[in-house]
Amino acid sequence: MASQLDLRGTGDGADRAFRWLAIGAAALVLLILGLIAITMTERSSSVFGKMGLDFFTSKRWAPPDGQFGGLSFIWGTLYTSVIAIALAVPISMGVSLFITQLAPRWLKMPLVYVLDLLAVIPSVVFGLWGVLTLAGPIQHFYTHVHNAVAGIPLLGSIFGDSPQGRSFMTAGIILAVMITPIITSLAREVIETTPQNEKEAALALGATRWEMIRGAVIPHSKGGITGAVMLGLGRAMGETIAAALVIGASIGQISINVFSSGNSMPAVIANEWGEADEIHKSALIALAVVLFVITIIVNVIASTIVRRSMARSRGVRR
Amino acid sequence: MPFGVATVRGMKTWFLVSGLAVTSLLSTSCGKSNGSAATSKSGGTVVINGSGSTFQKPFQEVAIDSFSKDHAGIKVNYGAGGSGKGRQDFADQVTDYGCSDAPYKQDAAAKVKGGEFLYVPVLLGAITVSYNLDGVDKLQLSPDTVAKIFQREIKKWNDPAIAADNPGVTLPDMDITVAHRSDGSGTTEQFTKYLDLAVGAAGGGSEWKLKSGATVEWAPDTQGGNGNQGVAQIVTGTKGAIGYVDLPDAKASNLKFAAIKNQAGKYIMPSTDSAKAAGDGIDVKPDLTFVSVNAKGDASYPITAPSWCMAYVKQGDKAKGDAIKSYFKFMVTDGQKLLGSIDFAPLPKALQDKAIAQVDKIQS
Repeated sequence: MASQLDLRGTGDGADRAFRWLAIGAAALVLLILGLIAITMTERSSSVFGKMGLDFFTSKRWAPPDGQFGGLSFIWGTLYTSVIAIALAVPISMGVSLFITQLAPRWLKMPLVYVLDLLAVIPSVVFGLWGVLTLAGPIQHFYTHVHNAVAGIPLLGSIFGDSPQGRSFMTAGIILAVMITPIITSLAREVIETTPQNEKEAALALGATRWEMIRGAVIPHSKGGITGAVMLGLGRAMGETIAAALVIGASIGQISINVFSSGNSMPAVIANEWGEADEIHKSALIALAVVLFVITIIVNVIASTIVRRSMARSRGVRR
Repeated sequence: MPFGVATVRGMKTWFLVSGLAVTSLLSTSCGKSNGSAATSKSGGTVVINGSGSTFQKPFQEVAIDSFSKDHAGIKVNYGAGGSGKGRQDFADQVTDYGCSDAPYKQDAAAKVKGGEFLYVPVLLGAITVSYNLDGVDKLQLSPDTVAKIFQREIKKWNDPAIAADNPGVTLPDMDITVAHRSDGSGTTEQFTKYLDLAVGAAGGGSEWKLKSGATVEWAPDTQGGNGNQGVAQIVTGTKGAIGYVDLPDAKASNLKFAAIKNQAGKYIMPSTDSAKAAGDGIDVKPDLTFVSVNAKGDASYPITAPSWCMAYVKQGDKAKGDAIKSYFKFMVTDGQKLLGSIDFAPLPKALQDKAIAQVDKIQS
């Protein structure tokens, strides 16, 4: 009789306990998310009932009149996030490629350290720096840019008149500064995982360093980089205090002029919550629901892109 | 250090959002414990907690400081999170007293959980119309002109309407930048209530279209600042700017402010005296609520805002009830003398007597 290996081992009880603990933790996350969604939807139902679809299509936000149209805030949130991504991604890519591929060893560690430090600075610090230091002088720069492109069809409208330093652009810049370290450090980790032999193979075939990065590093890390960017986008969209300080707090502003002031969903919630009455509070919660939904959509898109590009790069290798 | 102050006040408002969760937790737990507020007696010290108006915060600070010198056994805490929070916390019995720049609205008053409560007026304060205009040290504005400026119907400083209010003054050909509060605010509510009441009253076809409230529909080409300090900062930093800022903050930021035409047709500068004069010209309701903007009287500054503290008539706990009563009594008697030094106006005598009688109704 061949003795069978006892697969159950002596730690069976502990194994099961651990299993339930892990399942419980995972379920708790879903439960909390579900409860948040239910509570917020329930508390925002009165404004959705009153405004209907106008909540999404109207830009008129007039609490004394009981009119709550959130379109301008949705616009502000998306527009500032796009600006932030447009500014942050090239810089983050440059920094992470420099750190992983080009930087001498003695420079690498301090650089990583400073970047990680930048990532943990509270957003209110960035916001205050933005409103006290950046917003004033940068208006002159905006005016120069405006004058330089005035008259050119599309550019003239995008870089329009700048009545003040606090604007979509200033918010975008501050958000970019905030998300750059996040995108950089995630992208760096991903790029670092590029197999050494693939890089060496590219170089052995006579590729220059840039061709090696383009041919071996980028394809390998495309999915991870996209994920990093989407994470940055999520942070930019949800950022509250920094945005509230530098975006200019204009109500009902929908403009492609990056130099005009506007408002974003989290900023409005933070600003107006304290003195809001019932229906006004419900409208602010409704904005939170919209933000919640948009964030989920962005994440779903991100994970789809990541999955596709991973599948593609694997397909190439086979 | 105006910026430092701005930070602290601004952050208070923001923390509300996160504080909300805590507040609702507190209110549920307190609801179960015989409905008594979150108060504790530790080591013979009675603790009373209040929250609310940021407008009143400087007064609450000096009042608590001065009160505690003579009342070693009572500890008073005040959290300035805004009038709306003050009313909500008090209604939910999270706090023992609440302070607010506006009374409860009809439907909200019915939801106050602790039964009958009292409004005790504690101070009056001027809201300035501050501006930044080189070479113009004296500016006079009628309510109609203020309305036109804040509605963006007037966009230049040398507009005929402003010139008509300021005979003999040379006004520059400069764009006006309007600064307002970006956060929901009792100051905005009082300022817009004033315009709502005063504009068009004298005829002339002017109209204030934005109504009144803690947040109103400012035109998109205006600027929002967080807190009084935030508005003051925009006015300081922008040539041609105009904004409404409460008197203590306007003074702290060295702003120039306009004299406003009152009901009697006189242009009056904001000051503690003119705010106190406004107190003489108001009609007080039996529950001691009143509207203090656009007050009658030759010397009244028309944009004078009130502020109240609220307490329940029936106090469950004898020691705490005594403590609340003596603190409220202090606020409307000796505390009134502290107001001048922080640029607020004390209650006029007649109203002060009513406020003292109101405090006596608290049953400890």
